[in-house]
Amino acid sequence: MSLQSLDIKRLSATTTPAPQARTPQSGEVAKLIDVSKCIGCKACQTACMEWNDLRQEPGHNVGVYDNPADLTENAWTVMKFTEYENEASGNLEWLIRKDGCMHCEDPGCLKACPSPGAIVQYTNGIVDFHEEHCIGCGYCITGCPFNVPRISKQDHKAYKCTLCSDRVAVGREPACVTTCPTGAIVFGTKQAMKDHAETRIADLKERGFEKAGLYDPAGVGGTHVMYVLHHADQPSLYADLPDEPKISSMVSLWKGMAKPLAMAALGVAALGSLFHFITKGPNEVAKELEDEMDRKDREADAAEKESQP
Amino acid sequence: MIRNPRDLQRYTAGERANHWIVGICFILLALSGLAFFHPAFFPLTMLFGGGTWTRILHPYIGVVMAVFFLLMVVRFAALNLIESRDIEWLRNVNKMVDGNDHDMPEQGKYNGGQKVLFWGLVLGMVLLLASGVLMWRAWLNLPVDVVRIASVVHAAAAVWMIGLIILHVYAAIWTRGTIRAMMYGTVTRAWAKQHHRGWYRKMTGDNN
Repeated sequence: MSLQSLDIKRLSATTTPAPQARTPQSGEVAKLIDVSKCIGCKACQTACMEWNDLRQEPGHNVGVYDNPADLTENAWTVMKFTEYENEASGNLEWLIRKDGCMHCEDPGCLKACPSPGAIVQYTNGIVDFHEEHCIGCGYCITGCPFNVPRISKQDHKAYKCTLCSDRVAVGREPACVTTCPTGAIVFGTKQAMKDHAETRIADLKERGFEKAGLYDPAGVGGTHVMYVLHHADQPSLYADLPDEPKISSMVSLWKGMAKPLAMAALGVAALGSLFHFITKGPNEVAKELEDEMDRKDREADAAEKESQP
Repeated sequence: MIRNPRDLQRYTAGERANHWIVGICFILLALSGLAFFHPAFFPLTMLFGGGTWTRILHPYIGVVMAVFFLLMVVRFAALNLIESRDIEWLRNVNKMVDGNDHDMPEQGKYNGGQKVLFWGLVLGMVLLLASGVLMWRAWLNLPVDVVRIASVVHAAAAVWMIGLIILHVYAAIWTRGTIRAMMYGTVTRAWAKQHHRGWYRKMTGDNN
């Protein structure tokens, strides 16, 4: 819902600047999820359901801890559990990643959305869906490099994590952050989160995770939800977190060059036709052919009269 | 206009109705599709009752168009097979565009340009139908890579189709005496002899 009309960086399907008089002077916000500190308790899922008044129908146990099995229109964040046998250390590692919207700096959903103002990016970096403008086409799903938005089966609108934009707007942190019992989820300015991640990464490296690092993928301009990963060289270990996410070249073409090219081509066809008519004139039937047919009509009428005395 | 009983029947009522069903669907699809394609055209969704209604209706109108388009292909495909005289006509198309059609080779019911347009529209329709179905999230939720390619193909094929229809409509306006063929079915013999002499001979038996 539109709470902050003056601090919008980008609006979907809008080619003029959005109202952005207010910009956060302390910098953009970010949520940092330290996968190495997560114990998989799902308190974040519960807090998300509680704050946002969402209730996902319980699913079926298919032998893994993931519940629900994937993000849904009612489950905006889901813990994804991966059992990883680390051959180098000989350890079985339980990698638990809190999945949800990454709040990309260059959001594929916003780029793909055809409805003006249905997707907004606030100046603080949060990417939010304004469902009252959503038409339910699902282009946001086509555009998203992280497979996050879901279309509701009830109202056919797209839903995803809001980064608790309503809470952040009044100076509070997202519900999942407030509830996390281990401090695995923290929230603040993007710079503060990067600084915090540095200390965590140094700690992990000391403890043998040489490839520990921050997941803030440059392909989408960085994200406003970041991970500290023990194996930052292999993000896909963590329930298929994309190694190098970026907006698909197909989506870039579709929502980029295709638009001016198509408009130019159709404009040339339409204006070319008009000016062809104006310069060459209409393609009329020749006068002599019309006279010829008139003559034939007269001859035929005369023959008819003769045969009917 | 007083209609001459010796005018030639070019299209039956069934063919005309079929053409206009496809035509109406096409106009609705072009307007609603452009609304999704470019923000400048998004206000066109108001013609359909808003963005959500446009999103709901567009694919169903597309299915109706595809069905009636197929019927038109069945009716007209045989008449649009490319022959050697069509190639000759196409070689001289620049003279035609220049407004000088005296030296153009004799044409049957359709000239080379009309036949190329016909097959161009068939190609566009096949691509639009296939890609459109793949994008139809109300019924299908396919792998995102497939949907991405389908989205690009759908947009490109739509532009191709709209471009061809602009030419189609313009050709009908430019060539005087043509639109009546699709309105009430007949053309004058003089029109037929000038533009489609082969068809004129066949219809009248006049070989002068």
